[in-house]
Amino acid sequence: MIPTSEQLCEAIRVAVPGAVIEIVPSTPAAAQPALLVDCEHAVAVARYLKDEPTCRLDFCSCVTGVDYLAKSFIEVVYHLYSVALKHGPVVLKVRAPRELDQCRVPSLTPVWRGCEFQEREAYDLYGVKFAGHPDLRRILMWNEFADHPMRKDYVPPADYEWEPTPHDEVLKRTKAAGGIMPPSAAATEVKK
Amino acid sequence: MIAEPLINSAGTITTQTLEISIGPQHPSTHGVFRMDVVLDGEIVRALKPVVGYLHRNHEQLAEKMAWLGSMPYTDRLDYFNSMSNNWAYALAVEKLAGIKVPARAEYIRVIMAELSRLQNHASAIGFLLQDCGAWGTPLLYAFKEREKILDFFETVSGSRMMCNYFRFGGVRVDLAEAMLAMARKIVAEFPKFLDEFEKLMTTNEVVLARCQRVGILPKELAIAGSISGPVARASGVEYDIRKVDKYGIYDRLEFGVPVGEVGDVYDRYYIRVLEMREAVKILQQVLRDIPAGPVQAVEVKLRGFKLPAGDGYGRIEGPKGELGFYLVSEGGPKPYRYHIRPPSFINLTVLEDMCLGHKVADAIIILGSIDIVLGEVDR
Amino acid sequence: MNYPGKGLMEGLAVTARNFVGSYFYKDRLTTVQYPEERVQTPENSRTFPFLVFEDSPDKPRCTACKICETECPPKCIYIVMDRDDKGKPMQRPKVFDIDISVCMQCQICVEVCPFDAIKMDNDYEKSKYERFDALVERLPDLLKPNEYYRKVKPTEASEVDARLKAEAEAKAAKKAAAAAAAAAKAAAQPPPAPTGTVT
Repeated sequence: MIPTSEQLCEAIRVAVPGAVIEIVPSTPAAAQPALLVDCEHAVAVARYLKDEPTCRLDFCSCVTGVDYLAKSFIEVVYHLYSVALKHGPVVLKVRAPRELDQCRVPSLTPVWRGCEFQEREAYDLYGVKFAGHPDLRRILMWNEFADHPMRKDYVPPADYEWEPTPHDEVLKRTKAAGGIMPPSAAATEVKK
Repeated sequence: MIAEPLINSAGTITTQTLEISIGPQHPSTHGVFRMDVVLDGEIVRALKPVVGYLHRNHEQLAEKMAWLGSMPYTDRLDYFNSMSNNWAYALAVEKLAGIKVPARAEYIRVIMAELSRLQNHASAIGFLLQDCGAWGTPLLYAFKEREKILDFFETVSGSRMMCNYFRFGGVRVDLAEAMLAMARKIVAEFPKFLDEFEKLMTTNEVVLARCQRVGILPKELAIAGSISGPVARASGVEYDIRKVDKYGIYDRLEFGVPVGEVGDVYDRYYIRVLEMREAVKILQQVLRDIPAGPVQAVEVKLRGFKLPAGDGYGRIEGPKGELGFYLVSEGGPKPYRYHIRPPSFINLTVLEDMCLGHKVADAIIILGSIDIVLGEVDR
Repeated sequence: MNYPGKGLMEGLAVTARNFVGSYFYKDRLTTVQYPEERVQTPENSRTFPFLVFEDSPDKPRCTACKICETECPPKCIYIVMDRDDKGKPMQRPKVFDIDISVCMQCQICVEVCPFDAIKMDNDYEKSKYERFDALVERLPDLLKPNEYYRKVKPTEASEVDARLKAEAEAKAAKKAAAAAAAAAKAAAQPPPAPTGTVT
């Protein structure tokens, strides 16, 4: 049976001295509380979780980047499972500041090889640099692309041509960019 | 221009490696997928997969739409198994919100998912054999069976592939008796097709020569590389999410999980045949035991559905591997973060390791045996 | 009995049986000579939406409430409510555009419509000669009579008709009951009390 988050927290504090770790709760229905680790000790904590006999978390299932614009950090979430002991998930979170030159977290690819492509995706779409990643380059966007599209403050380029049924933001930006307005929309400006 | 001397100072012929790109327009790359290979003659020395040609920004679109509005988009992820994709998303939302699904809806979900598995594995084997050079014979035999399943999906949900059939807390419409009879007919005829299909390929000397000992994936690399699904099981990893997480009603059903030994292309082909036989067993049990009742949880609203704040990860055993959805909600009608864990994308991590030292033709077959779908890889 | 090439010969026997069999058994021949023959699609199959009207195109069931426009995932519907000369909304659409190059046939507009006004068609032969404006279906193209709905989707249409009729009857019955109750209340009202005493 997998240890609870509190037990894991205690065990990690003993095994990896100096690790700053806290529990982030989740909704009761999903019941997947997360362990928030500081960047310095993330790799050591990951290795501990992988090798420790009661956990044996050898399968890194999912790596996600989340942009918390209001709280000014970008979080990378790792979902870990165990193939040997058939339990899980244990959720690991690391945070980095949003500014592009400071947005760095350690890469867990040396611990779990499967993180390789997913960390590349988080770098491509969020701008998080993973220190220690063997091959950090863009994966979904093309190499010359400049921005990081999934960030909450990303502004897409204003290149509208023919939008027959524009709505809300698209309508505003089409008008602002001088795009072609469809006959129905242009002719029936509703007088409120 | 003076070229390098053909006979170099050591007395051997000067050779060079050749860097070519296989794809993105290629009949055997299962979509717009590119591999940059470094070749020494015909031997692969390095291989880098390049993806992103089908990136449609699904995750960002979902942040602008209501929770239900993303459901049709999940159909288009792994476009061969739209029913399974729908189930993974519905499962993640139900897990986050604590919605309970009525029993008849659970049985219907299993019917759809297992039929989806049948037609996916049949097509995957067909495409693998086409990559081997069989020019479509097993593929079109598989497609003949697949047509029956797609006709069933069309009768039930309205569309052959983009079904949009699952809802949070159940399915969209109930199955009439006539539709259940159609499903029973498909399941009754499937084993005969499988026997004929196997006769074409399993002991065929050409298939054996081309597929055995090619693209071996060791078990430790499979676990370290987060490989899931038939690819991992062929390498000896005994992990099936239906048995581990026991989502839906899989804990009440009796079925086996085939596990391979060697992990080469032939194992990955044969494990899919065995999984099809197990799926037929599951379908027979479910079609026998399906109860009557409602097919949708009453407390779920169609419009204005809000999830409580928090985050959660829900996953299913899709036909290609572990398909998971990580959702972050702020309590509103739209997702804050919507992330898909695609099996095909992550299974490509070890493509280079499997192809090193093999010939180019083998690289094509190894890619075919992983069974990728670009809709899922790129989202 | 094992001989070299046994697997190959068994496979060739399978293909030979299918090939020769296709001359004798119709079900082994799966080609349909489109467009001379057409495969009958199931009744439930869905392609693009259309609007239903009962008696005349001036009175569609649609009230331009814009619920389908809000819920449509790719936002392919554009609705403008019709207003009379004084600017008062007449509960029907003046503009109803569906861009069928964007529509993904997901059927969510049909599910959320509270008036059974928009339904899915199963006509799939919609090719046009132009790419841009021709793929936008406007209100005149979309409006189709209820007879058409009954023709292409008999089971669904009869269900919808039965439900709408039952709702109309229930509403009429409720109205009649309310009128009867009001009349009964007025009749049973006691005569007004005398304002003064009669001496």
